[in-house]
Amino acid sequence: MKIAVCVKQVPDSWAEKKMVNGVLDRENVDAVLNDLDEYAVEEALRIAEAHGGNEEGGANTVTVISMGPDRATEAVRKALSMGANDAILVTDSALAGADALATSAVLSKVISDGGYDLVICGTESTDARMSVVPAMISARLGWAQLTFASKVTVDPAGTVSITRVTEAGVDEISASFPCVISVVEKINEPRYPSFKGIMAAKKKVIEQKDLAAVGVSGQSAWSQVNDATPRPARSAGVKVTDEGSGGSALVDFLAEKKLI
Amino acid sequence: MSNVFILADFASDKATKTTAELATAAARIGSVTAVVLAGAGKGAALAATVNQGPIANVVILESDDFTQFGVAASADAFANLIKEKSPAAVLIASHAFGKEVAARVAVLTESGIITDAVDVGADATATQLVFGGSTTVHSKVSHGTPIITVRPNSVEADLSAASPAIESATANIGEAAKKSKVSSSQPPIKGGRPDLTEANIVVSGGRGTNGDFAAVEKFADELGAAVGASRAATDAGWYPHSHQVGQTGKTVSPQLYVACGISGAIQHRAGMQTSKTIVVINKDPEAPLFDIADFGVIGDLFNVLPQATVGISAKKA
Repeated sequence: MKIAVCVKQVPDSWAEKKMVNGVLDRENVDAVLNDLDEYAVEEALRIAEAHGGNEEGGANTVTVISMGPDRATEAVRKALSMGANDAILVTDSALAGADALATSAVLSKVISDGGYDLVICGTESTDARMSVVPAMISARLGWAQLTFASKVTVDPAGTVSITRVTEAGVDEISASFPCVISVVEKINEPRYPSFKGIMAAKKKVIEQKDLAAVGVSGQSAWSQVNDATPRPARSAGVKVTDEGSGGSALVDFLAEKKLI
Repeated sequence: MSNVFILADFASDKATKTTAELATAAARIGSVTAVVLAGAGKGAALAATVNQGPIANVVILESDDFTQFGVAASADAFANLIKEKSPAAVLIASHAFGKEVAARVAVLTESGIITDAVDVGADATATQLVFGGSTTVHSKVSHGTPIITVRPNSVEADLSAASPAIESATANIGEAAKKSKVSSSQPPIKGGRPDLTEANIVVSGGRGTNGDFAAVEKFADELGAAVGASRAATDAGWYPHSHQVGQTGKTVSPQLYVACGISGAIQHRAGMQTSKTIVVINKDPEAPLFDIADFGVIGDLFNVLPQATVGISAKKA
């Protein structure tokens, strides 16, 4: 099987984020592989390992696909150190400030040219938190959409079944290759890159392409930020120490606020 | 007057409060048409429950493909109706299904999309709270039909009675949208508590519960609240992941948020700091969550919560 995993480099969730000219300032914050994409990488590796492995000359390959600036190679390298085979990174100054629609268009073109059987994504990035890109890729390519999976079962003959878990309940969904899968974080426990994996990743190929090489024209964002204002920090209110009547004090506070 | 579409939101075959919230926001832009996606023969019954909020029209699209092929089929039929009727904007509930329908509709109608709006203005400008609620952003779609998903419980719903004109239209669903087949669907296990993202009050437990959520649940039930949990608590297996509040879990914005035994990592704050009133109960006086609490109790949740539960019960009597 040819498996692709879409990953994104995001600002570290612990870092303070700022908007500059209507877009997220990505340059002045630490950047990491999106947490939720690690589950996608892990799931891709597990699927490959369960069906003959992805060692050189093995039955499967796991390719990391990403879009981002040069420094996104760090996040891509992390996915490679977990055990993915190779990577494609689309970097182009025309993509700065790209929205989900533009991103999905670029990723879709790379995916469709790569002839993959499965594309696996995290459910959302921890920066934009839209959770729309997997569905957009599915819509663009006309591939089956198997999203919010808490369990993925692959038959290498060409079918996939998933358990979809959302606030609306639990669904069992199946489809034939090719499919776009997104996985929720409870699906697995992502491995830490081993020393051997980190060393091996240094030698793996990250094919860096610009838009012309991908063969898609850059599209400007179809929504614009008019203004972004930091909200005033919440200030601490009343704090009491429980010396036997903390619960009653809480009830009085709630009553005063008309919350009970 | 321009026409605005909302995708009617249902739970257990009844229109949710979110449907009225979408209608309330949409009515600022134009006359509201609620689109009802229903299984064959089920449209009239569903449409009859769309009876609150400023809704002028209901359009029913019926097809068993919606249940059989899920998101893709629903989005396809909705997008085709949007292409045919050219509404001024489209508002959809911001949950997993709604966001994915919106994503596909944006692709299919070549339109810009904004997700997780907490408010929408008359010119379809959306207000979002980003970076864990630390920044307010106003943005606008600049291409095609604005496709906006609105977070439940953000817009104050006009719950006045609606008696919309109801009509049916043909559900046009292409073959490309019939590729993932739903073989079974189970509604969420309710347990009698309100849904986390829609609840007016959320009571959450963290590491300080030591795995015992009984006091948290009793207090929540006394308040008619939903129960949430920190990532520490769900990772420890103390409470289901579906109840996790925070950056990688649910984002909630209730009238009252009570954090019990949660120190308040930035991950957790990101999911709750837009709550209107925040109460924190923690043994550790240095817990960072106290910094954003309207009311904090330094104490053991196993003493404070039972006393408060009894106190609230006494007030009701």
